[in-house]
Formats: sequence, C-alpha cells, structure tokens
Amino acid sequence: MQLAKVIGDVVATQKDANLNGLRLMVLQPLGPDLKATGRTLVAVDAIGAGVGETVFFVRGKEASFPFYPQDVPTDAGIVGIVDQVSTS
Amino acid sequence: MQLARVVGNVVATQKHPKFEGAKLLLVQPIGLDDMPRGTTLLAVDSVGAGVHEKVLVVIEGRAAGEALGRKVAPVDAAIIGIVDRVDIAE
Repeated sequence: MQLAKVIGDVVATQKDANLNGLRLMVLQPLGPDLKATGRTLVAVDAIGAGVGETVFFVRGKEASFPFYPQDVPTDAGIVGIVDQVSTS
Repeated sequence: MQLARVVGNVVATQKHPKFEGAKLLLVQPIGLDDMPRGTTLLAVDSVGAGVHEKVLVVIEGRAAGEALGRKVAPVDAAIIGIVDRVDIAE
C-alpha cells in the first residue's frame, strides 16, 4: 500500500459493467514527506474519498476485494483516508 | 489504472484460444497533460474503444482477464473504460 493525494476524478460513461456506480479517482503517489513522487494513476474508490484528501491505496488484484464477490476489473483501489502520518 | 490513447489496431490470426473474438488494440499510456509516457502496449478491449480515443487501461493480469470475461486468460492489459473527462483540482 502507498500514500497518495486525490487530485481529480475521471468521468467515463462507456465502461465495463462491473465499474458502474464506482468512482474513479486520479491519484498522485506521495513519499513519506507527503511530497509528490512517481506517476499519477487512476484508482477505484472503496471508501468515499474526495478530491484533496490524503489516502492510501492498494495495487493489484487486491484492489477489487472491497467489492467481493463482484468482479471489478481494477488494478488500484483507495482503501483508507489518512488522518495523520508521523515520521521520525 | 492508467490513462492511455488508442493508437492502433492489432490483427492476429494465429493466437491463443482465449483471445478468440477479442479485440486487440495498441495503446500509448499518457500523463495528465496528454503527453505519451512509457512504451506502447497491447490491450484487449471489451468496451468498444476506437483509435484516437482516450481510455482507461488496467495493467494487471487477473483484472484484465475479468474484463475479458474469461478465467486464466493469458492477458495482462485491458481497456475497461472510455474517458469522457478528467477533472483535476488546482
């Protein structure tokens, strides 16, 4: 799992039927200092995250597990909204 | 998932049976600025995308197989949506 900031969303009318009703968010991965690092990506939202929030997301098939037993064809999913990150 | 632009069609007569009837498109991943990013790749399409369209691509095996509606299909990328709009907050 990785930290990211939700920086936008994607609208797609014509899509896989198993994505209906799900929100597609644009994520900018963050480093431990909460600064942008790496490439932006699109992830399904499993918890109700909004634009501007810091979240953590999971990559891979596991991203579809929150919607089990529905087979959602995704490789990235937001699974938590971050309240606080502390590094020493 | 990645944003990508469909840049071509791929036709292959001799292929694994799991690809039977599947549409294969050549896609170029793009950034939020619409500029190409990384190398082009082949993706199966189940949403009816066409050349020049902006699409959403999953680059992960099992998700791609699900999009194709076939179990244990030897695929690693699939187009799962046609992008109408991307809204980025300032």
